[in-house]
Amino acid sequence: MLSPEMLSYIYASLMALSILVYAILDGYDLGVGILLPIKHDEHANTMIASIGPFWDANETWLVLAVGLALIAFPAAHSIILQALYLPVTIMLIGLILRGVAFDFRAKAKTKRKQLWDTIFKAGSIISAFMQGFMLGLYVMSFEITVVSFTFAMLSGAGVVAAYTLIGSAWLILKTEGELQLKAIQWCKTAGRITFLGVIAVSIINPLINNDVYTRWFESNLFTLLLCVPLLCLSLFFIQDKTLKRLVLTPTKRAWQPFIISACIFGLCFFGLTYSFYPFVVPGQLTIFEAVAAPESLNFLLYGVAIVVPTIITYTIFSYRVFWGKVQPLSYY
Amino acid sequence: MLDTLLLSRIQFATNISFHILFPTITIALGWFLVFFKIRYDLTQHPVWLRAYRFWVKIFALTFALGVVSGITMSFQFGTNWPGFMEKVGNIAGPLLGYEVLTAFFMEATFLGIMLFGMKRVSPKVHTLSTIVVAVGTTISAFWILSLNSWMQTPAGFELRDGIVYPTDWFAVIFNPSFPYRFFHMLLASGLTASFLIAGVSSYRLLKKDDKHAPQVTLKVALTVAAILAPLQVFVGDLHGLNTLEHQPQKVAAMEGAWETEKGLPLVLFAIPNEHTRSNDFAIEIPKAASLILTHDLEGEIKGLNEFQGEHPPVKPVFFGFRIMVGIGMLMIIVAYFSRFTLWRNKKLNSWQLKLLVYMSFSGWIATLAGWYVTEIGRQPYLVSGILTVEEAVTLVPSSNVAISLAAYLLTYLVLLVVYIKTLFYTADKAVQVEEYDYSTMPEVSNA
Repeated sequence: MLSPEMLSYIYASLMALSILVYAILDGYDLGVGILLPIKHDEHANTMIASIGPFWDANETWLVLAVGLALIAFPAAHSIILQALYLPVTIMLIGLILRGVAFDFRAKAKTKRKQLWDTIFKAGSIISAFMQGFMLGLYVMSFEITVVSFTFAMLSGAGVVAAYTLIGSAWLILKTEGELQLKAIQWCKTAGRITFLGVIAVSIINPLINNDVYTRWFESNLFTLLLCVPLLCLSLFFIQDKTLKRLVLTPTKRAWQPFIISACIFGLCFFGLTYSFYPFVVPGQLTIFEAVAAPESLNFLLYGVAIVVPTIITYTIFSYRVFWGKVQPLSYY
Repeated sequence: MLDTLLLSRIQFATNISFHILFPTITIALGWFLVFFKIRYDLTQHPVWLRAYRFWVKIFALTFALGVVSGITMSFQFGTNWPGFMEKVGNIAGPLLGYEVLTAFFMEATFLGIMLFGMKRVSPKVHTLSTIVVAVGTTISAFWILSLNSWMQTPAGFELRDGIVYPTDWFAVIFNPSFPYRFFHMLLASGLTASFLIAGVSSYRLLKKDDKHAPQVTLKVALTVAAILAPLQVFVGDLHGLNTLEHQPQKVAAMEGAWETEKGLPLVLFAIPNEHTRSNDFAIEIPKAASLILTHDLEGEIKGLNEFQGEHPPVKPVFFGFRIMVGIGMLMIIVAYFSRFTLWRNKKLNSWQLKLLVYMSFSGWIATLAGWYVTEIGRQPYLVSGILTVEEAVTLVPSSNVAISLAAYLLTYLVLLVVYIKTLFYTADKAVQVEEYDYSTMPEVSNA
């Protein structure tokens, strides 16, 4: 049997991994939803087709992340979700609407298709914005003040921009021709907005949050830590260069923007977790205080050890099956 | 203004009632698809592929509704019922965790290949993906029914400082009511899917669809229904006996039995009255309830008065049980009658087809009624003998719960209507489509 301390580390890492994988994977399909044009039918179909086989599994990472919080850190799960009651509800309804719109648009009457596309787009925007909004409130320790509310709104807009960035990068990878060129433009714009968002949050967060300030600026590792924002910033510049090149040679290394975006997500996520670790509820509860009973977590760990590698294997298999530029979506 | 407790209960009931509709179909429909696909692989007869292609669309739609309505559930434990996880999280957590790990990812990933990958993988891998999806839905049912059954008949745990800790995982998972509830639910799913397939196939035939596929699916569905319906009576009876042993107050409410009696009559109809603690307008068969429950005419059954203050509200359990059994009986009659007619006359006439169309969603009503019996029958407890519903509820203000409840209700109502309309619209489209062009059949590739 592993000790509670060891289990805290393991489950906190797993939870962090699920959140990051969720943000990248569901991030790109939410991003595609945010970008969905309402009128241009042909492009809309291709864009939807590019996420068709994946969105369902992508969303499962959210269930895993929330599930791990529920199982491993139940006290934190209930504090956080009760504090975020209404934003959670709005996000869930957004996710519900977009999930079903995906299916209804293909099966409903032609005249309704545009309506379902609108719902898909709206649902994607609402879900993405609410996720960022909740992240903002989390960072502000769930205070209900004008400052924290404004910060949460900013954070919401930031996540919408970030998902648009990775969504358009996905489209650059999966599409060709006119749509791919469009995606390059979207990616450029989204990249610049995300860049501003990341800078704004990185400056505001330590200024209004004393603990975060101490963690970053009074750390012995300050010089090492400085690499994180520097690396992140340089990735934005590399992204911009790559996009300029892609306009000229769109078939060469079309995967680059997606990988760069995913790295940006990873670095931002590291910055966030570093700011709060070992707290799972900022300022209130650490992972060591919130951890569930060792007999339960040990029991689940057998499953985790066997199943998680299996999940990763067949997820890679699924991406390989649908490798290459997107084909029209058909059920056979 | 209603209080947070009542609103949270209504909200959870709304969510879970809406959610269960879709897995109830997909658990069994997945296996129907496996059957269609394997028949096609073995015979290469295009009718099986057509049956598969039509029903895989319905499966995709139903599955999507199940997924999105299921995600809300994992949040509501935290938002509305924090006391549940605080008290029994050490049991509930791992069971839910295993469901996500062993079922959800598998279903979702292979669903992509099953739906859109026919041209991209070999026929074998495609059939295998279909099987994996069906296995996934069944595994998912396994874990969630294990947890639900544990809440009904907890086992394999100890209480330390008021918190539940596991002592024997095997006893937790295979708790006393689990095997019965699991098979009862699998059969319910089988019947729900059979009647849905029979209903939609009949609808297509009524619309003068002269293709072979709806006739074939009608026949398969009625055959399965005729096999599963009597089996369900048998498993349901075993489940009832198990409940009598572990939750006698639930059985007393189901039977409308107030006093402990030897030779308890079977109440066919009555209006249970909790004020006078007796039944109004009762129609009874003498001693029949004792015979069914104890297999002895003079068997003793404990009445509700033995559990004053500890028993569930009687009316919903009493009526829910009668609705479930009533529809179950109707299903047996219709399944046998239709299958027999089909065998004798090779086809059904229009009123017989219409009857099946009306019965398309009969499985939903019976399943919901059955779940209300077992869930309301557990009240006032959330986990029998350990945690009451009231102890588990959130501190969130009632106005917030009222807002979220209204939003969910509106969303679900719209989606339910759209789902049913889309189902029949898909059938309409299938009627209009000419026979599929064989040249577009999937090429065999080893990519």
